[in-house]
Amino acid sequence: MTTETRTRTEELTINMGPQHPSTHGVLRLVLTVDGERVVEVVPHIGYLHSSMEKIAEHLTYQQYLPYADRYDYLNAMGNELAYVMAVEKLLGIQPTPRCQYIRVMMAEMNRIASHLVYFGTLGNDVGAISVFLYCFREREALLDLFEAVSGQRMLYHYFRIGGLRNDLPDDFCDGLAQFLDYFPSRIDEYDRLLTKNRIFRSRMEGVGYLSPEDALSFGVTGPCVRGSGVDYDIRRADAYYIYPQLEFDVPVFAEGDAMARHLVRQEEMRQSVRILQQCVEKLPRGEVNVKVPRRIKPDPGETYARVESPRGELGCYLISDGTEKPYRLHWRAPSFHNMQAYPVMCKDAWIADMVAILGSIDIVLADIDR
Amino acid sequence: MSVLSAITTWLRDALEGICQRYGIPLLAVDILAWLTAAVSVIALVLLIVLFFVYLERKVSGYVQTRLGPMRVGPIGLFQTPMDALKLLLKEDIVPRGADKILHTLGPVLFFVAAMLGYVVIPWDAKATIARHVDLNIGILYVTAVASVGIIGLIMAGWGSNNKWSLLGAMRSAAQMISYEVPMLLAIICVVMQAQSLSLGQIVNSQQGTWLLGWYCWRPWLWLPLILFFIAATAEVNRVPFDIPEAESELVAGYHTEYSGMKFGLFFLTEFANVFIVGLVGATLFFGGWLSPFGNPDPLHIPGFFWLMAKALAIVIFLMWVRWTLPRLRVDQLMALAWKLLIPAGFLAIFIVAVVLLYV
Repeated sequence: MTTETRTRTEELTINMGPQHPSTHGVLRLVLTVDGERVVEVVPHIGYLHSSMEKIAEHLTYQQYLPYADRYDYLNAMGNELAYVMAVEKLLGIQPTPRCQYIRVMMAEMNRIASHLVYFGTLGNDVGAISVFLYCFREREALLDLFEAVSGQRMLYHYFRIGGLRNDLPDDFCDGLAQFLDYFPSRIDEYDRLLTKNRIFRSRMEGVGYLSPEDALSFGVTGPCVRGSGVDYDIRRADAYYIYPQLEFDVPVFAEGDAMARHLVRQEEMRQSVRILQQCVEKLPRGEVNVKVPRRIKPDPGETYARVESPRGELGCYLISDGTEKPYRLHWRAPSFHNMQAYPVMCKDAWIADMVAILGSIDIVLADIDR
Repeated sequence: MSVLSAITTWLRDALEGICQRYGIPLLAVDILAWLTAAVSVIALVLLIVLFFVYLERKVSGYVQTRLGPMRVGPIGLFQTPMDALKLLLKEDIVPRGADKILHTLGPVLFFVAAMLGYVVIPWDAKATIARHVDLNIGILYVTAVASVGIIGLIMAGWGSNNKWSLLGAMRSAAQMISYEVPMLLAIICVVMQAQSLSLGQIVNSQQGTWLLGWYCWRPWLWLPLILFFIAATAEVNRVPFDIPEAESELVAGYHTEYSGMKFGLFFLTEFANVFIVGLVGATLFFGGWLSPFGNPDPLHIPGFFWLMAKALAIVIFLMWVRWTLPRLRVDQLMALAWKLLIPAGFLAIFIVAVVLLYV
């Protein structure tokens, strides 16, 4: 008779989402857990699929612009930027200098707004609920500025092929300068409230490690890859518009954990403020629009335009067959590629870590599913 | 107060007269008196708890630069009674495959355990529910009934037939059992100082000029004070120790599958527990019902008021903490209890013992 008694343990399979408070939309994760430890995580996507790419084939080039807003709704200006860049490349148009400045300003403002949402939701994910509302207070100021510019707070439809819907309103630069004055002190405030908090640090440091090799092989871009020590930013690597003339740093942290990704975003907000300050100073006078034919019929051909969205490399691939409508449009969605690295990051994580890691990738489901 | 006591004496005399006349044993009057006291305390606690829910929403509002409830009633005062009413009217859903008995008994047990704790709280110089009896092991009793509540949580988590609930219940069991230890160690320090387990005695031994007799002014009791509040925060499952119901991880923890008044019971009980922490904390460290202006109070403010004011201050402090800090992870939470708080608790006992012996 053996005296050894063994408790038989079994792994538990849990379904997380698509209705779950911290899956940032409708992501579904199938977890295999051993107690509180995650053994395996399989993401299931597609719950927010909206045929963004197919719709483009049925609309003219101008008509598709509002749809570009709706894809990755936290970065509407950035999507418009990528789309109009692609179309203008097909047409061989170069926007006016003032237009380039304004487009860059809008993209950077949207980057701050998107990072603020990231900051708040991450705080929410790790249990610091109040941070969320502070971040939204600041985002509100930005949304007011966007509203002044475009009449919309979220889905702007402000960029046009060859220019902009309208020039900036008169008091816009004053309002923006005012925001840029106080915003850095608010970032310091978040830094003290959340980033430097001991509990927060213990939740984020050493969690969700992503090696630079893995990051590159999964095609991870944006703050995620810069948090793994790879210095890759489209604004530098494939600089567009006025970025070569602007002074800013690309923050890179080598740790590869959730904290590194968090710090990258926090620093990026500061850098965006720097960029915006320079833009406000240098903003040239002049026309914002170039002449574009009423019916856009690019010559047959294909093009790829990419910009640095808050989530990484946002690319727009366009094929024209010479008609009024694109033959094919494809979004290179940063969240989709970043999400692929998620199961790797979740190796040996606790259930609570998974949520923090997901927050640190900063996915937008509309961006993943399209 | 004299008017009140005159009324109660008169009522009692009248009732005893009726009993004598109809040959009912006098015990009936006593039972009636106890029942009245019990019901009034439960009603009072529930009212206060409703107010706390409102207060929490207001406090969180002020922390988060917003207003909190404003629409229902003046400055939103009727918001929580209306919410409670809504919960009463909602459908009670028992998930398919759930253990119906456990599912129903869970919240009830949790609620009853919380209410039991109120029996021994000394509201005033001579007033607990058990009226003339100041239970001589009062503080032991409070901690004992508090741990019964955990069983209710496990029943709820297990009976819900939901994996998230089960995870939440497992977490809460581990957490509440772990944190009971440092809490008791902290309480032992106070008991050593007061030389009594009775809450009434503990309050009485804090008598002194103005508020200087309170235990919070004795440096060797500062460590237990801190330990008590950390452990008590964990006991009532509040941030940074709210992992059993960590919304972003476990949906809603053990009460994921609850709706209607069963959920309402969980919700109210959580706040009732917070209130108990406030009351016990005030009793142990801040002089309970003692007035800060010397005793008897020169302004004739009843001790009940002072106890409430102190408990309220503690509760507001807990709310403030809740809306500021992030949440710990499970393993970090356990490490904190077993590696830091419990050794610190033994150290605290040692310090208090040395001070009491040699100073």
